[in-house]
Amino acid sequence: MKNAVIGNNKQKANLIVLGAVPRLLYLLQQETSSTELRTECAVVLGSLAMGTENNVKSLLDCHIIPALLQGLLSPDLKFIEACLRCLRTIFISPVTPEDLLYTDATVISHLMALLSRSRYTQEYICQIFSHCCKLHHWHSCGFNSLPQPLLCANGPDHQTILFNHGAVQNIAHLLVSTSYKVRMQALKCFSVLAFENPQVSMTLVNVSVDGELLPQIFVKMLQRDKPIEMQLTSAKCLTSMCRAGAIRTDDPCIVLKTLPCLVRMCSKDRLLEERVEGAETLAYLIETDVELQRMASITDHLIVMLADYFKYPSSVSAITDIKRLDHDLKHAHELRQAAFKLYASLGANDEDIRKKIIETENMMDRIVNGLSESSIKVRLAAVRCLHSLSRSVQQLRTSFQDHAVWKPLMKVLQNAPNEILVVASSTLCNLLLEFSPSKEPILESGAIELLCSLTQSENLALRVNGIWALMNMAFQAEQKIKSDILRGLSTEQLFQLLSDSDVNVLMKTLGLLRNLLSTRPHIDHIMSTHGKQIMQAVTLILEGEHNIEVKEQTLCILANIADGTTAKELIMTNDDILQKIKYYMSHSNAKLQLAAMFCISNLIWNEEEGSQERQDKLRDMGVVDILHKLSQSSDPNLCDKAKTALQQYLA
Amino acid sequence: MATATPAGAGSPHGGDAAPPGPPEEQELSRRLTPLPRSWSPKDKYNYIGLSQGNLRVHYKGHGKNHKDAASVRATHPIPAACGIYYFEVKIVTQCLGMCGWQLGWDKHSYGYHGDDGHSFCSSGTGQPYGPTFTTGDVIGCCVNLINNTCFYTKNGHSLGKFVFLPSQSNLYPTVGLQTPGEIVDANFGQQPFVFDIEDYMREWRAKIQSTIKRFPIGDRLGEWQAMLQNMVSSYLVHHGYCSTATAFARVTDTTIQEEQTSIKNRQRIQKLVLAGRVGEAIEATQQLYPGLLEHNPNLLFMLKCRQFVEMVNGTDSEVRCFSARSPRSQDSYPGSPSLSPRHGSSNSHLHSTGADSPTCSNGVMSTKSKQSHSKYPTLSSSSSSSSSSSPSSVNYSESNSTDSTKSQQHSSTSNQETREYYDALFLGTKLSHYTDAFGSHDSEMEMEAEHYPNGVLENSSTRIMNGTYKHEEILQTDESSMEDSCPQRQLCGGNHAATERMIQFGRELQILSEQLCREYGKNTMHKKMLQDAFSLLAYSDPWNCPVGQQLDPIQREPVCAALNSAILESQNLPKQPPLMLALGQASECLRLMARVGLGSCSFARVDDYLH
Repeated sequence: MKNAVIGNNKQKANLIVLGAVPRLLYLLQQETSSTELRTECAVVLGSLAMGTENNVKSLLDCHIIPALLQGLLSPDLKFIEACLRCLRTIFISPVTPEDLLYTDATVISHLMALLSRSRYTQEYICQIFSHCCKLHHWHSCGFNSLPQPLLCANGPDHQTILFNHGAVQNIAHLLVSTSYKVRMQALKCFSVLAFENPQVSMTLVNVSVDGELLPQIFVKMLQRDKPIEMQLTSAKCLTSMCRAGAIRTDDPCIVLKTLPCLVRMCSKDRLLEERVEGAETLAYLIETDVELQRMASITDHLIVMLADYFKYPSSVSAITDIKRLDHDLKHAHELRQAAFKLYASLGANDEDIRKKIIETENMMDRIVNGLSESSIKVRLAAVRCLHSLSRSVQQLRTSFQDHAVWKPLMKVLQNAPNEILVVASSTLCNLLLEFSPSKEPILESGAIELLCSLTQSENLALRVNGIWALMNMAFQAEQKIKSDILRGLSTEQLFQLLSDSDVNVLMKTLGLLRNLLSTRPHIDHIMSTHGKQIMQAVTLILEGEHNIEVKEQTLCILANIADGTTAKELIMTNDDILQKIKYYMSHSNAKLQLAAMFCISNLIWNEEEGSQERQDKLRDMGVVDILHKLSQSSDPNLCDKAKTALQQYLA
Repeated sequence: MATATPAGAGSPHGGDAAPPGPPEEQELSRRLTPLPRSWSPKDKYNYIGLSQGNLRVHYKGHGKNHKDAASVRATHPIPAACGIYYFEVKIVTQCLGMCGWQLGWDKHSYGYHGDDGHSFCSSGTGQPYGPTFTTGDVIGCCVNLINNTCFYTKNGHSLGKFVFLPSQSNLYPTVGLQTPGEIVDANFGQQPFVFDIEDYMREWRAKIQSTIKRFPIGDRLGEWQAMLQNMVSSYLVHHGYCSTATAFARVTDTTIQEEQTSIKNRQRIQKLVLAGRVGEAIEATQQLYPGLLEHNPNLLFMLKCRQFVEMVNGTDSEVRCFSARSPRSQDSYPGSPSLSPRHGSSNSHLHSTGADSPTCSNGVMSTKSKQSHSKYPTLSSSSSSSSSSSPSSVNYSESNSTDSTKSQQHSSTSNQETREYYDALFLGTKLSHYTDAFGSHDSEMEMEAEHYPNGVLENSSTRIMNGTYKHEEILQTDESSMEDSCPQRQLCGGNHAATERMIQFGRELQILSEQLCREYGKNTMHKKMLQDAFSLLAYSDPWNCPVGQQLDPIQREPVCAALNSAILESQNLPKQPPLMLALGQASECLRLMARVGLGSCSFARVDDYLH
């Protein structure tokens, strides 16, 4: 049987159809069978598992995993090795649910114990571990610049389970094994264990093997004469440790070893898979550190090198041979999204780098094309890249306008999954800034409606971005836009947002109100229609338990209202509000005092109609006394403001 | 395989790189193609000032416009065969203006400017290349002559490679300055580099070695293996490892060309030569291969000269028969080396380079060469000192004789006798002027090192280097153990009759020489051989004199190899085993690569494959 099926998928399928698997499993589980026979059974099963994914499925259907795990309890090493080998083959198949390894709690500790048995058990067990603790979306998890609850549900759990079973201590010494395969599998295991896991990462820094700390061992594995696979995987380990804060970002092993190694992985000489992984890991490494971004940007012409990622499949490969075309096509998406991600990280903070990225050949066209690709991964990465670049005032004014980036962006925002919506709406926020020439066309294409609907989303990030974009939109906008926003949002929704549990949403909503209530005619107009509700909301917030910034923003809204001609009356007739303003004038926080003073001076301003009455009313309330006190204040701002206010009384 | 040639003779090694081969050879390659290690005080503009061992450059011109720019280049060009060359420059102070640098002053120059980050290739207009650089930055330049690429580094970060055109003209490390007060410090390997050049070189070493490993051999089923087996087998046969060869043939199912008895005969003769019993070896050769020596008068003469030396040594049977000890029982002469492959000398250096490599600097080489100097005292000094001391040594022993032991007395008298024999011998020859030649002895010694074995062995020069190297090592150990060995080592084994025989043999040899001279014309090599052999008698202690190395058992090897080759040739068999030919071919190939400037030769060494 064994000899018949080796390397022959057809034979394997035949055997499975004929029902060989249950029979083999029966023999394997039979305690009375000789170990030689049981070992042979495991070998044949392993061979069957090497076939197609369907083979693996059939094996899984026959409950092969529990049978093999049971086999591990045998005292015979050869049999154990055969079982492990078969298990390894099954677990590295994408069709196998990794949870199967964790159904029985004793399995992991038994596997840990088997690690000392032979170099084969070491190799297979490490390989099983590294495949059974993968984060499904680990690349998208890498980006935490935005609040995203993206961590895969079982990822961290599996890491923790393995960690709690002493995986780090048990596997660390395998890194110096004499067998390359064992070293490599152990390294892979660590790269998976440490990923996005501060607990594991912090532990790894302090573990030493043969008097050498793990980071040093990893750095040795980065050397240029080591196999690429090893360099790349150890760079991943170091990257995880760095991102977890276990290694400083200015540590030479990051700056002079890991970063250059990852840049090399992006070069043309590497395989397409390696280039994808290299770029993604590098994107993750430099994501939040501007110094690393700067260093990466000058290393080996990385920005130009990445432009090459978009040239697959090349016109040459289409002609020369089908096999290569197929290969290129398969990786083309992956390459593009990896390049976008890395560009996004590179351009996250530094204006010069953004400029260099945009100056790269056809860059904007590529992003625009990327926004409308069918692959979600590419679209997401393209939006990220665009988001990064949209932080540049200069680029917003120039290349973003030249390439009408807003068009595909608005398209992306229709019916996209939340993952994309979050980044896309965040980008839209930047495009709606008042100096952005894209603002007009975006408004015309129905952005208000879209953004208003975002504010109703379950997703917090989307709510923040929606209201943020509206806030930007309302800044120094014309009357029509403001009314459109108010209408689109509806008063109920506005109140809903003002009572949002998230302070970010609240702040941006108040910001929106403040932007809406600017320039006198607008203030009067809005207050005439929504005055009652707005005053209610303001009262509510001033009475509620909110932080200083929120209260300051609210007082600023009041100051804006006080600037209106007719709107003033809404305050003057509201004693409750007046008392509150008075209270904040004597508040311990200078910012709030200042904001309250703005209200007062707007109310008592001389040249306006009815100022005398307002001044009198406020004097009766004891405001003047407070002003006198404040004019003696040590804070120059407060002092000045109080003196100007008092002058209004003198005139 | 006693003639393993270290690869890369004349191939200098890059900015760094662990130099190959024995130190002599490094010396040689360094002299032939020195690495740039400092700025040249000659090749510079007047506006440039140098200090700190010609490593610091400062600008002392006006710096008003572009015309005031000035540059300086290194003392030497980058040797094409060094593989990878790297150097760094630290910008100590920089005012405004252009700071750049270039390689070479001619049309083929490449540079990187600090003010705009542009690079320029053979023209005045630059292209955007990298970031700008300023005070405190360390800028490096790496030239890879294997794939003709170059890259600059900034503070240890590679900025990206570009291809340059291999040019006929040399590339010089160069730096250009333009602003008053500007100072830059160069590092040609005197200090550790900021950029990890060692790692870069590791990558290339691995690349080239994998190219060699994966070189397609066009194997037609088993052909390759058969060839390898053949090479091993022929090597074993050549050196007369009879039983090993038969065992090998049995296992690999191959046949041995030469007959078993023939191998055994050669083996016997070789053993005799190596045991120092040259007389018997000559007899055996004449008996087994009649006519061989008659047709090879040069070989015969060489053998006879060796026989004379062995007589002095007391090992040749013609003198040993006078001693009480039976020659048979002495079959394995303790000092006799087996004629096994020796490439040890270079191996030991491989180890040491391995240890040095992490320091990664040109400086490593300089310290090494220093070591090599101290380790190998020059021949001239040692020979002159011993030549002056030798006449007085007799007096010395006489003055000591009052409190000396018997053996010392004996040795002193025998020393006196030796002197007489020497005089006797030379009075009878026309070589009396030889004594005067002591003064110029060292130059002749060098001559020997260069010429002596040329007629004997193909891959000569390196072999000799190995030889002298080994020899001196042995000499040193001999010196340390002299007190033990001294009493045993007496002229002709201390036997008077034997000494007589030796003198007589010496006269015969002299006659043979004259006869050969008449028949074949003057042969300086013969003359030299004879002189060296006879001059052994000029010293009180032949084992410890300038020509004493002849007595070293290791000197039997070339004689033995020559005889073996001659026998094989007479049997229509190759006089060199194919394995040695292949080895020589590989070494020669690398040398040729170095000469024509193919950089990859610096990362491929024959020694790496010999263990």
